[in-house]
Amino acid sequence: MTMIGWFQIILFCVVIVALTKPLGWYMTRVFGGERTFLSPLLRPIEAGIYRISGVDERREQHWLTYTIAVLLFHVGGFLVIYGVMRLQAALPFNPVGQGAVAEDLSFNTAMSFITNTNWQNYGGESTLSYLTQMVGLTHQNFLSAATGIALAMALIRGFSRASVRTVGNFWVDVTRCTLYVLLPICVVYTLFLVWQGMPQTLGDYVEATTLEGAKQTIAVGPVASQVAIKMLGTNGGGFFNANAAHPFENPTALSNFVQMLSIFTLGAALTNVFGRMVGNQRQGWAILSVMGVLFLAGVAVTYWAEANGTSTLQALGLTGGNMEGKEVRFGIVASSLFAVITTAASCGAVNAMHDSFTALGGMIPLINIELGEIIVGGVGAGMYGMLLFVILAIFVAGLMVGRTPEYVGKKIEAREVKMAMLAILVLPLMILGWTAVAVVYPAAVASMANAGPHGFTEVLYAYTSAAGNNGSAFAGLTGNTFFYNLTLASAMFVGRFFMIVPAMAIAGSLAAKKSIPPSLGTFPTTGGLFIGLVVGVILIIGGLTFFPALALGPIVEHLAMNAGNLF
Amino acid sequence: MDTTKLQKRAAVSAMLDPKIVMPAIRASFTKLDPRLMIKNPVMFVVEIVAALTTVIFLRDLVTGGAGLGFTFQIIVWLWFTVLFANFAEAVAEGRGKAQAETLRKTRTESQAKLLSGAGRDYKLVPGTSLTVGDLVLVEAGDTIPSDGEVVEGVASVNEAAITGESAPVIRESGGDRSAVTGGTQVLSDWIRVRITAAQGSTFIDRMIKLVEGAERQKTPNEIALNILLAGLTIIFVFATVTIPSYAVYAGGSISVIVLVALFVTLIPTTIGALLSAIGIAGMDRLVRFNVLAMSGRAVEAAGDVDTLLLDKTGTITLGNRQATAFRPVRGVTEQELADAAQLASLADETPEGRSIVVLAKEKHGIRGRDMAELGATFIPFTAQTRMSGVDAGGSSVRKGAVDAMLNYIGGGAPAAVASGNTARAMQPAALSELGREIQAIADDVSKSGGTPLAVARDGKLLGIVQLKDIVKGGIRERFAELRRMGIRTIMITGDNPMTAAAIAAEAGVDDFLAQATPEDKLKLIRDEQAKGKLVAMCGDGTNDAPALAQADVGVAMNTGTQAAREAGNMVDLDSNPTKLIEVVEIGKQLLMTRGALTTFSIANDVAKYFAIIPAMFLAFYPQLNVLNVMNLSSPQSAILSAIIFNALVIIALIPLALKGVAYRAVGAGALLRRNLLIYGLGGIVIPFIGIKAIDLVVVALHLA
Repeated sequence: MTMIGWFQIILFCVVIVALTKPLGWYMTRVFGGERTFLSPLLRPIEAGIYRISGVDERREQHWLTYTIAVLLFHVGGFLVIYGVMRLQAALPFNPVGQGAVAEDLSFNTAMSFITNTNWQNYGGESTLSYLTQMVGLTHQNFLSAATGIALAMALIRGFSRASVRTVGNFWVDVTRCTLYVLLPICVVYTLFLVWQGMPQTLGDYVEATTLEGAKQTIAVGPVASQVAIKMLGTNGGGFFNANAAHPFENPTALSNFVQMLSIFTLGAALTNVFGRMVGNQRQGWAILSVMGVLFLAGVAVTYWAEANGTSTLQALGLTGGNMEGKEVRFGIVASSLFAVITTAASCGAVNAMHDSFTALGGMIPLINIELGEIIVGGVGAGMYGMLLFVILAIFVAGLMVGRTPEYVGKKIEAREVKMAMLAILVLPLMILGWTAVAVVYPAAVASMANAGPHGFTEVLYAYTSAAGNNGSAFAGLTGNTFFYNLTLASAMFVGRFFMIVPAMAIAGSLAAKKSIPPSLGTFPTTGGLFIGLVVGVILIIGGLTFFPALALGPIVEHLAMNAGNLF
Repeated sequence: MDTTKLQKRAAVSAMLDPKIVMPAIRASFTKLDPRLMIKNPVMFVVEIVAALTTVIFLRDLVTGGAGLGFTFQIIVWLWFTVLFANFAEAVAEGRGKAQAETLRKTRTESQAKLLSGAGRDYKLVPGTSLTVGDLVLVEAGDTIPSDGEVVEGVASVNEAAITGESAPVIRESGGDRSAVTGGTQVLSDWIRVRITAAQGSTFIDRMIKLVEGAERQKTPNEIALNILLAGLTIIFVFATVTIPSYAVYAGGSISVIVLVALFVTLIPTTIGALLSAIGIAGMDRLVRFNVLAMSGRAVEAAGDVDTLLLDKTGTITLGNRQATAFRPVRGVTEQELADAAQLASLADETPEGRSIVVLAKEKHGIRGRDMAELGATFIPFTAQTRMSGVDAGGSSVRKGAVDAMLNYIGGGAPAAVASGNTARAMQPAALSELGREIQAIADDVSKSGGTPLAVARDGKLLGIVQLKDIVKGGIRERFAELRRMGIRTIMITGDNPMTAAAIAAEAGVDDFLAQATPEDKLKLIRDEQAKGKLVAMCGDGTNDAPALAQADVGVAMNTGTQAAREAGNMVDLDSNPTKLIEVVEIGKQLLMTRGALTTFSIANDVAKYFAIIPAMFLAFYPQLNVLNVMNLSSPQSAILSAIIFNALVIIALIPLALKGVAYRAVGAGALLRRNLLIYGLGGIVIPFIGIKAIDLVVVALHLA
């Protein structure tokens, strides 16, 4: 570990914190329907959209109506992607002439994109036409991200409102999020990426003659526009199979740094939106601090593990840490940091191969996702996931002040606990359950590239990534099989929607409650004590469940490696 | 505090008292009935796995298997875990049962004198045959057959059966002391009672059910907690049932008994076992305090109270005002005023009157005089004249409310102005100079929180006797304590705002409601509730009933009317309104105990993972022994120690569950820090030590 390495990590944190407040202020205004500096330009478009689609923007929805709207929206999204993929051969913008995508892969990919997972069982440049990339994927990159943020807003409204039946209007939230937040940032961001050297073209792949005189086809396309939303919306699905490790998808150190920032900014800003809406920004900072503590702990472990390398490498005389599977352009710090960020948020973009990380270095991304991606998390999803844990933490320990637990003025009662538990059950069920099936089912075992604990970790990572809607792959596992396409899709589906419905039920139940003014007897939720408590509950309730699996995967691999056994 | 000491002793003694322990041990087994166990999901699951493993063990015993000794020990401890949980509940119930026995004795098969008409003709019927609305006669020596309302007469009643207080109390028709309780005994005189409760639903019946915990309903918070515990149990089902498959992949296998051991230690058995004991003990603590909560919900709500409405009289101040000064008008000496005031009060048996006589003696050496010797006749106080006095030897002395006295003298005061509210009403120029002077003194007295009482002799005003409310000793500190708990206190009084403000300042309440009518009270409660606050109050009169019903915690005084007792959700048998404060503390204690043990239980899991996971996988991944941070001697002893610790910790925590976590009024932040340190951090550390210690014993005894 080096000073300059730590400086990069600290700089990253400082910039995120600095962006949180202004962006939080802006987003609060957008979702509150107030005027912003973009209103003169965008307001007519927004009003036009409502007029054409017949949405009354002043009419708010009951939580159930809101949720049904979300679900219908996803059904539509699914059908579009699936249709385009199956028919891409006959559709325009297919200069390379890609054929129709297989049924199970189309199913998996469509599910992957509507759930904000962006798990890639396909190789982008070898399977998909430009139209599929743009209409199918980039388009869902926007909408699944906007949906996540809209859901977080609905839950935040549940906390901030009192004695009402409505939590907002989904169509309005999605429209405003896309129009005022995602699109403007992406336009600027895309231009920046193009400036950094990223291709943005609808033209054919480029033929190049190499120094040896061989012919090489260089894949290009509308990359920059997709990368912008892939990062900002924590989608993670790469234009190229190599994702952010590909020089065209991540040309420079600066583009790498900005890409990392863009994964976290919206998620971090939502904590500030929460604070503003419940009337005390410190509540938001407290939540960001919980995320910060877990994040820095993860970065420290991964950076330490990667920088120290392994005893095996040292025995071979290789010093300077573990560079296997890392881009030389980015090195150990930027790769470690990127890996922790992309799994803390549910992004899934990668600029290094997590499979090649040391056992412990690769365990942190795994744990990050298994905790529910609440460390900043996916845009919106991280916020509502975190709030579910806060509800549990407050409920468990809040009684210790001698009052029925309450958080930001809302009593936490049976309904909230029931829904939070339901949501939290989802990850262990999907991750541990499917892994248990896959490691003994012969057809699934055949997909493993590695044996022993490492192979186990690959499978565990795949289901973790799918259920957590992360989308990053540990690689090494051949995911494009009938078994994995279907089971991973089911993990993505359950992991997304069985989380959304309970979270929305909580939003509805909280909004209907009275708001209790804080007193000296109220559980203080802005200080270090609260932060420590929530971190503890996340690790014990969210984390310990996976301890047996982790022990059999990365932990035992690490211990075996120290003893000289490799897998 | 004495009460907590008492409770501690009670909690510890309950654990040792053979009268409670023996039946509790028996009950631990009868409670194994799955129909009863299912109410407690966590322990029900433990019972199921214990039963299943027992069956497997028996099968292996017949077919012959390896490691049966180890399996047998685990199974024994699984059953102990369930039994310990049942024992905790039984001990908690046992304490109430003893009390219920005593109560039951009072519910004797008494005969009732059923009245047929308006006269005193009655026929003797069994008490059990009475129905609501019957009129009965109860005479000296009779036991009141059922709950009712006195419709005629007045009697002294011994209520020791329910309050434990042997001094008799007065029950009379009309007013706020008209409720009588079945099972209590009339000592003198007679009363005519209209029965208000049928057999089986009387006050004593309800008390018995309450202390026995027979019809204990789960409270909202308990339900929520049970959901959390059930959810955690399901999570750990996922965590354990997937392990065999992982083991197969790794080329090993794991026995059912080890998986069961891991599962049972991971699920929150500690809090699951003690949850109902905590609830019963909380109710019991209230009962020991002579407060009956009609539902567990009310006890929980008490912990949540934000605003406390307290009546001034009897709660904040001593029930009676006392004379503190004589304030004569110009030209009259204090001695003369004192003399007249003493004379006017000689026959006045009210505490106020008596205090005037005492003050006259103390300050001016005026001795008591005999009314008969003076040939004096007493003019009693009436609601119309609002004054009283003495006529003796052609001279008359009177004392009374200032406006009433001015009216009497002929000062032209407007009639029927509420007492003490004279300040503004009396300003007009119509007042004589003397009247104005009296008024000025009266205002002065009011401002200092006193009540002015004007005294006149032969139609001439002599001056004012200053009566003062005496604020109870130590009450200021109690309010400061409440403030630290985050509870706002509001004093309710019929006094004028000036007097009220002065007393409020002296007592240290946060706010006051002066000249309060029952409607004002109700409105105040609704306003507070609209702000999202929970309100507690106590009351005794029928006109308190709406407010008692509206309040989140309404404590009715046992001396009060039947209407008030029905409206409130708690009844204070001692009729001591100050107790509201303790009720809040008991409510907080109940919630805290639950929270503390839940936190402890969940925090325990960390150590258990570290004990069992390395032991479980050691056969095929010996490297994992690094995780055996406690350095437990063998896989078997590690697993056995974890499960023994898991069972024993239940027994160890029963006293805490029964006596409750100590509440301190130090503000939520400090309280949380303290409890998180003890039960959170302690919950992580203690099992590491405990399991290691048990491992040493297990090895020493060659159990594994």
